[in-house]
Amino acid sequence: MKQKFNIIQSTCIPLPLENVDTDQIIPARFLKATTRDEKFFGDNLFRDWRYNADGSLNKDFVLNNPLYKGEILVAGKNFGSGSSREHAAWAIAGYGFRVVISCFFADIHKNNELNNFVLPVVVSEEFLSELFASINENPNTEVKVDLPNQTVTNLSTGRSEHFDINGYKKHCLMNGLDDIDFLVGNKEKIAAYEMAHRQNG
Amino acid sequence: MNTLFEKIWDSHIVQNISDGPTQLYIDRLYCHEVTSPQAFAGMRERGLKCFRPGQIFCMPDHNTPTHDQDKPIEDPVSKTQVDTLAKNAADFGLTHFGMMDKRNGIIHVVGPERGLSLPGMTIVCGDSHTSTHGALGAVAFGIGTSEVEMVMASQCILQQKPKSMRINIEGTLGKGVTAKDMALYLMSKLTTSGATGYFIEYAGEAVRNLTMEGRLTLCNLSIEMGARGGFIAPDEVTFAYIKGREYTPKGEGWDKALAYWKTLKSDDDAVFDKELTFRAEKIEPMITYGTNPGMGMGVSESIPSLESMDEAGRASFKKSLEYMGFEAGEKLLEKKIDYVFLGACTNGRIEDFRAFASIVKGRKKADNVVAWLVPGSWMVDAQIREEGLDKVLEEAGFAIRQPGCSACLAMNDDKVPAGKYAVSTSNRNFEGRQGPGSRTILASPLTAAACAVTGVITDPRELETSLAL
Repeated sequence: MKQKFNIIQSTCIPLPLENVDTDQIIPARFLKATTRDEKFFGDNLFRDWRYNADGSLNKDFVLNNPLYKGEILVAGKNFGSGSSREHAAWAIAGYGFRVVISCFFADIHKNNELNNFVLPVVVSEEFLSELFASINENPNTEVKVDLPNQTVTNLSTGRSEHFDINGYKKHCLMNGLDDIDFLVGNKEKIAAYEMAHRQNG
Repeated sequence: MNTLFEKIWDSHIVQNISDGPTQLYIDRLYCHEVTSPQAFAGMRERGLKCFRPGQIFCMPDHNTPTHDQDKPIEDPVSKTQVDTLAKNAADFGLTHFGMMDKRNGIIHVVGPERGLSLPGMTIVCGDSHTSTHGALGAVAFGIGTSEVEMVMASQCILQQKPKSMRINIEGTLGKGVTAKDMALYLMSKLTTSGATGYFIEYAGEAVRNLTMEGRLTLCNLSIEMGARGGFIAPDEVTFAYIKGREYTPKGEGWDKALAYWKTLKSDDDAVFDKELTFRAEKIEPMITYGTNPGMGMGVSESIPSLESMDEAGRASFKKSLEYMGFEAGEKLLEKKIDYVFLGACTNGRIEDFRAFASIVKGRKKADNVVAWLVPGSWMVDAQIREEGLDKVLEEAGFAIRQPGCSACLAMNDDKVPAGKYAVSTSNRNFEGRQGPGSRTILASPLTAAACAVTGVITDPRELETSLAL
């Protein structure tokens, strides 16, 4: 059972870059773990942007800027493109993010976030650019993400939007259920399908 | 009036969950060592067995060294991951092609060449380049580790049905232009998010005329346009390729399967959510200049200007060029390079080695270039030797390494050093992809070969012309 999801209100960490790929979120050399140790992955989130080649902190990177903190990551268009590595979602969750807001997510990464109880919230480009501006003006800008009502609100400007999520996944997130519980519960249906359909040996 | 995608998808629906995803039946699950251990661990925690172990095939490929595979892996962490896969496969009763098994290689090279990936199938793997298997006329897509566990537990996955897109490439590819260039061209037009949310069917004369190897390359790169997957309807090229392979049905089974496979095409009046058409003649040999595969251009063209980018994309564009050490507006022809990598699930097949050999034959590797030539599998390695390509390559100063993913993502010790330029036939030029600080220029095997013998960015057609003269 994972942490149940309801309403999150938090300050944000802004990452106004487009096409942030999962190789940046967690570089390949950290994929050799054989356990799902979220602390390990969280510690290495954005590793090569957070640290210089000599291992020192890159003070210019937003995660190292004490002005910004919170449970919400706000990212530019096409977040999570590239590799399917779920380690990227583990790193985001392990760092302590519970929501990622962007105007566009890559498909596989979006599923990976959902399967790890991190909520990807798709907003309009206008909402996103206004939110980046709000955070830039006031790093204490808070955002409220209301899953039951499917709304996201920039509390600095009051701007609010509806976001999409299917009813099944919303129910899973709010009740701490995962897909495997569901699938294992209907094996008879699967066996019946196999009887009726097998063409491919 | 259905698309082929819909026909295959619909025939695999176990149930549609109301206001939710589809429960989709999966014919084939491939597992490699990187994205499977946590799924196996989850199965153990839940006390589950694999629901259909006969439909799951495992092999290590990402961590495998490309030399001395008969000896234990030196990196203890890599060794643990590879050993863990072997143990998991044994514990759960799954087929495993271990290192040094003649069937081992990159999972997306091995699946098709063993006849494991067949038309009309649904195929998944915890690897975004699973789209490769679409070349056989299958619905194949990459998934996360939680989803791998779903398939182990139930042979099903919960997925939202993607939209459908058809990309037609009409006409004939020019000399020196390959399937890789076709894909890099499409990415440069669509960007890395242009096909997100879609499943692509590739069609048109230029696609039909591709060999199976070319089709595998094209479908492999579907994910780099953001697509869930990409496929090509099966035809005589497909059937000729799969006939007689190890796991392909034989005898009566073949006749029955073939009759079914021949029905696998989009109806003439099928409606796609999006349809795009391109001309093959417009495609040049392509290279990338930035840090995502959509940042590509004809090898003789100039990098776009900052002003041509939209406002929101400028920060990423600038960061990207800074990383690469390139200026907006400059040409890359004649720029010095340091490394050449031939291989990966994108271009590690026999035809790619033939293409590379055709350019380097009678020439010599440039002294300033370190070249890694890595076959996609032991089967490809055997073909290279049967055809005598190893001699041609060795005479030109190139050595053939042992199979694996290698420098595509540098999880083994094939790492491009920081700041060095690598012309690579792989699929991603992301920051640090080929090693921390590495700078990747994606290209076809022909272009990579031309760069390998000149030591600078070179249009392969220049060398072909000189050969002809």
